[in-house]
Amino acid sequence: MSQNRREFLKKAGLGALAGLGAAAGLFPAFALEPTDSSGFTDAPVPGKVRWGMLVDTRKCLGNCTECIVRCHHDHNVPDFGHTKSEVKWIWKSGYENAFPTASTQFQNPEVLERQVLTLCNHCTEPPCTKACPTEATFKRWDGIVSIDYHRCIGCRFCMAACPYGSRSFNWQDPRPHIKELSNTYPTRMRGVVEKCNFCSERLVKGELPACVVSCAENALTFGDLNDPNSEIRKMLAANETMQRKPELGTLPSVFYII
Amino acid sequence: MIEKALKGGRGYWTWVAFLLVVIGLGVSAYARQMTIGLGVTGMGRDISWGVYIAQFTFLVGVAASAVMLVLPYYLHNQKVFSKIVIVGEFLAVSAALMCMLFILADMGRPDRVLNVLLYPSPHSMVFWDVMVLNGYLFLNLISGWAVLGAERKGVAPAPWVKALIYISIPWAFSIHTVTAFLFAGLPGRHLWLTAVLAPRFLASAFAAGTAILILITFILKKVAKFDAGQEPRLKLAVLSSYAGLANLFFLGTEFFTAFYSNIPAHKHSLQYLFFGLEGHAPLVPWMWFSLITGIISVGVLLSPPLRRNNAALIAACIGLVVSIWIDKGMGLIFGGFVPTPLEAIVDYMPTATEISVTLGIWAIGLLVLTMLLKTAIAVKTQE
Repeated sequence: MSQNRREFLKKAGLGALAGLGAAAGLFPAFALEPTDSSGFTDAPVPGKVRWGMLVDTRKCLGNCTECIVRCHHDHNVPDFGHTKSEVKWIWKSGYENAFPTASTQFQNPEVLERQVLTLCNHCTEPPCTKACPTEATFKRWDGIVSIDYHRCIGCRFCMAACPYGSRSFNWQDPRPHIKELSNTYPTRMRGVVEKCNFCSERLVKGELPACVVSCAENALTFGDLNDPNSEIRKMLAANETMQRKPELGTLPSVFYII
Repeated sequence: MIEKALKGGRGYWTWVAFLLVVIGLGVSAYARQMTIGLGVTGMGRDISWGVYIAQFTFLVGVAASAVMLVLPYYLHNQKVFSKIVIVGEFLAVSAALMCMLFILADMGRPDRVLNVLLYPSPHSMVFWDVMVLNGYLFLNLISGWAVLGAERKGVAPAPWVKALIYISIPWAFSIHTVTAFLFAGLPGRHLWLTAVLAPRFLASAFAAGTAILILITFILKKVAKFDAGQEPRLKLAVLSSYAGLANLFFLGTEFFTAFYSNIPAHKHSLQYLFFGLEGHAPLVPWMWFSLITGIISVGVLLSPPLRRNNAALIAACIGLVVSIWIDKGMGLIFGGFVPTPLEAIVDYMPTATEISVTLGIWAIGLLVLTMLLKTAIAVKTQE
């Protein structure tokens, strides 16, 4: 685990380093110290890292909402108190709702009754970014599907395109409906789409996503799917896992142990 | 030339005043939407498009149907349409304008609409739709206006006008194809994920749009004493009937594929629309009304003695327009979201604000159409 964590910190930190390096390169006069060009050999290569998550539904407790509460608090997700205008980044769905095309006939009733964590799948082939007319939602170099809240025109094509219902729209000003303001992530404005960002604001500091660290049951594993030695890859190799709607060819980066 | 639209009788100004009142209502409703947000509509996280996108879809079809006059007149030299080609072109202009207003009304951040041009994204169908719709509006406005201007001066239109008109013919097919592609390329929305969507859009567009053109010729005959003649109307009726028949055929193929293959995901939306799904059946009466009215209307238009009877022709045209408006302007969009990606069944009901904005945009389109047609008729009758 500690080996894995060191590896994780090294990778997550790269993005931050590269960002700082680029800024210094653009404005040499403002650089705090001379640019060390050897650092640029580690510049982010698109597709080199692919962040992914493995949800162990056996460990996830039915009525626990620790990860949801923590995520929604850290990201200033509003609560309007009704489902119509709901904004959600991570939530629990019934087994048959999360996996509507999975076999359910004569299935173990305990499995059918499980509540499954659902969030953005950060697909390798995301239909949402393809539908976006302004590149406001896009796939980052590390596989995270991100949103530029300042560019989004609120056309909601990405919502229609997402086959997982992972995206929420700000149907009204979210700010008055944030229970407790957090300074860990910016608030959004009315009229833009938002969703889980795999905690890119934490990854850049070398921290694991908020949901992962908040889970007392260790049901969530986060790591680089492109690294065959990462813990998540070892667990994927050792367990029978599922992705949501694999038949659509979106290649989700969120996996489930049933 | 547009000054001719400022000269009219009492009936004309009453109609314009009525439209202005409806526009005012729409503007005030839109102001409310701008203040509070799109939450004032019936749309929500699950049904994230509603009346606005549905009207947009229907009206792209109306715009495209101008080609049903332009094509036979300019490519096949069907002189019978000479008096009303301009009606088709101006109908296309006002319909395309309404389409753009409906898109704008549906946007969460209309202040950022120019981002579509600032960050052109060819992988997005919306980008192409904005391109072709704007192009189509200007093609029709410029060519229609130029031909009319030449007619007023009693000269032949400039040669470049012909070029624009010829370009507008395939362009008409493209606008509705691209509109279908907005929907038909989305994975996980099974009502839309069908190759027959674009052909079906074209068929329903040419049926409803042509029926609207026939109705406009009757209105012009009554209120402006401008008679396009019985012959072009009957030719349009034949075009409309076959397009309507094709539309019904395509709907039938959708039913066959969904229900014979028996794949649940393919059946769900159709079940929701026509039979109800898990106790949710808000659109069932609408869809059956649409289907039955559509069949009867197409039947009347297909029968030569019936379509020669003006009362039957008018009734059939109204029936066909209403049928396709329900099918395309309601069912197709609302039904496409049910069930949701997480298998929930959520019903959608537009709010008063949403309906007011919708009526306001329709009134803007009708006002533009009224003024354009007023100008055209003034030129044609040499008032």
